[in-house]
Amino acid sequence: MPFTADLVCRDLTKEFKGFRAVDHVSFDVPQGSFFSILGPSGCGKTTLLRMIAGFQFPTSGDLLIKGKSMIDVGPNKRPVSMVFQHLALFPMMDIGKNIGFGLRQRGVPAAEIKQRVGRVLERVGLPGIENRQVSQLSGGQKQRVAIARCMVLEPDVLLLDEPLGALDLKLREHMKIELKALQAEFNTTFVYITHDQSEALVMSDNIAVMNKGKFDQIGTAKELYYEPANAFVAGFVGDANRFEGKVTAINDRLVTIVTDGGITRQAQAAAELPIVGQRALAFVRPEAIQLSKTAYDSATHPNASAQIVDSVLFNGANSVVLLRDPQSGETLHAGLPQTGDFLGLGKGETIHTNWHATQARCFVAEGH
Amino acid sequence: MVTDRSKLGFYLLISPLLLWLVTLIILPHIGLFAVSMSEKVGVREYETGFGNYAVFFNEPLYWRTFARTALMSISTTVLTLLLGFPIAYYIAKLTRGRTKTTLFLMCLIPFWVSELVRTFGWMILLRETGILSNFLQYIGILAEPVEFLYNDAAIMVGLVYTSILFMIVPLVTTLDSLDDSLIEAGYDLGGSGFSILREIVIPHAMPGIVSGCIVVFMLSLGNYLTPILLGGKDSLWFTGLIYTQFITRFNWELGSAFGFLLLGLSSAVVFLGLKLSRQSLSNTMGR
Repeated sequence: MPFTADLVCRDLTKEFKGFRAVDHVSFDVPQGSFFSILGPSGCGKTTLLRMIAGFQFPTSGDLLIKGKSMIDVGPNKRPVSMVFQHLALFPMMDIGKNIGFGLRQRGVPAAEIKQRVGRVLERVGLPGIENRQVSQLSGGQKQRVAIARCMVLEPDVLLLDEPLGALDLKLREHMKIELKALQAEFNTTFVYITHDQSEALVMSDNIAVMNKGKFDQIGTAKELYYEPANAFVAGFVGDANRFEGKVTAINDRLVTIVTDGGITRQAQAAAELPIVGQRALAFVRPEAIQLSKTAYDSATHPNASAQIVDSVLFNGANSVVLLRDPQSGETLHAGLPQTGDFLGLGKGETIHTNWHATQARCFVAEGH
Repeated sequence: MVTDRSKLGFYLLISPLLLWLVTLIILPHIGLFAVSMSEKVGVREYETGFGNYAVFFNEPLYWRTFARTALMSISTTVLTLLLGFPIAYYIAKLTRGRTKTTLFLMCLIPFWVSELVRTFGWMILLRETGILSNFLQYIGILAEPVEFLYNDAAIMVGLVYTSILFMIVPLVTTLDSLDDSLIEAGYDLGGSGFSILREIVIPHAMPGIVSGCIVVFMLSLGNYLTPILLGGKDSLWFTGLIYTQFITRFNWELGSAFGFLLLGLSSAVVFLGLKLSRQSLSNTMGR
């Protein structure tokens, strides 16, 4: 299969007065894939998306769509369409006019516009609503109309700027699946930005984690979750317990850390191998922590410890137990399996925890 | 009890408005209408009839002045809209924070001076020995002094200047409420600046455009000072005719008829404007 990238960014940089919003970002998005840019608010992801759409001009770097540089091309001439955060449907037009807007600008004959609008509405599952007003639609329907308005133009790349943010939780869960299905249906490249990791993890083929204007890691959802490239990704993607301390021993890639509270932990070095004496961070997922009512043998289980239950947060299958170390006071949260073994677990009880060192990731602490 | 008291409160609150409407608007108009319907047939002898209105239609000077006033007021409205729209767009969409407030205030500043003084300001600029004439001579465009005052163009300049704020304010308000992302979405979907203006910005701003136009048209039609001072003897304005009938000719009957014709004209033009723009009065003025 020949490698064809729909969207290529090369060292894309955007500087505002004394502030670099996007810092030498490079990535390729292959044709037909769902690419997400995940980052906290203020990380520069919106600026990046607006540069791809053409509303902002990069300070330096290049942007190619289907191999053609887009630097000097205006937003109305680029083969990209954007679904805005608040959708930006035109309230002064009915649904048919909204979707036909782009085609009218291209001078497509009226009969053909009518036909194509009808067809795209069928594809998003809303046939025959051309004459309705925007205000008459529900949130999910507006979402689909906004996507239809872009897809009718058959863009090479569809940009989505957190379009699910304004929806309620139930609808958001539903739209995640629907968006993925629509992407498969149209087989168009989607570039999706969000601060909601579950949106990114569920829908994307590839995810870029963005922090302070830079891409920290690009990979599949699994890679980001299980093999985070740095401490930020490990902390931001998924839920994790975080330990900070001094490295006391290194055995192959197995790092032993003594936390500030005096607890010894073992973790697998993820990227750069720390040096003994350096400060390091370790992350362990709550679901990787094993719970037991009987004590683990500490000789064979270096991460075993006894913990006091602080509280149980019951949330069905996603229940979590908050634990406190009796010596150091450090807290830990662990997934609470709903198998019945820990049904009567209550505040103040002692429980034993353990995890495999290979399930914990260790990173060199920044600035040390 | 409670409902009685709240009703009393309602009537007390609405009474100044009703008093104002009845004593200052409705009663004088009834009186004016009665006066306009009485024809003078002899000394202190009056008959009821449409004679005064017939005089208006039979005297070309009167109805031509009437038509001229209407047309020039419409042109003033259009010109004010064409000038005011870009200014309002700039203030509403292209400036932020303090710049926006400053620009808005700068539009307001001329209104701290009385209309009379402002009109005299234009006379100082435009008269034969005025600043514009002298300047054009100085840079060699004119060979001798030219009188810029006392013509229709001078009236237009004065009227546009007086009324442009009343166009800018409603326009800025409606354009402010237009979400920037709608304009961006327009560009993103391949729209040109012109098509976005026509299909998105203007439809959104329509209530503001219409309400601005109504106010400017009414102000121009009923203006007295500016057309009289800047237009001079050759440029008649219908309010001037009404003034003449009431004060100079002491013909209150004809003056009242003129007044009613002006009221009819302004109502008709506003109605037509609303119909053409498919807007309702409550939608445009009720904001």
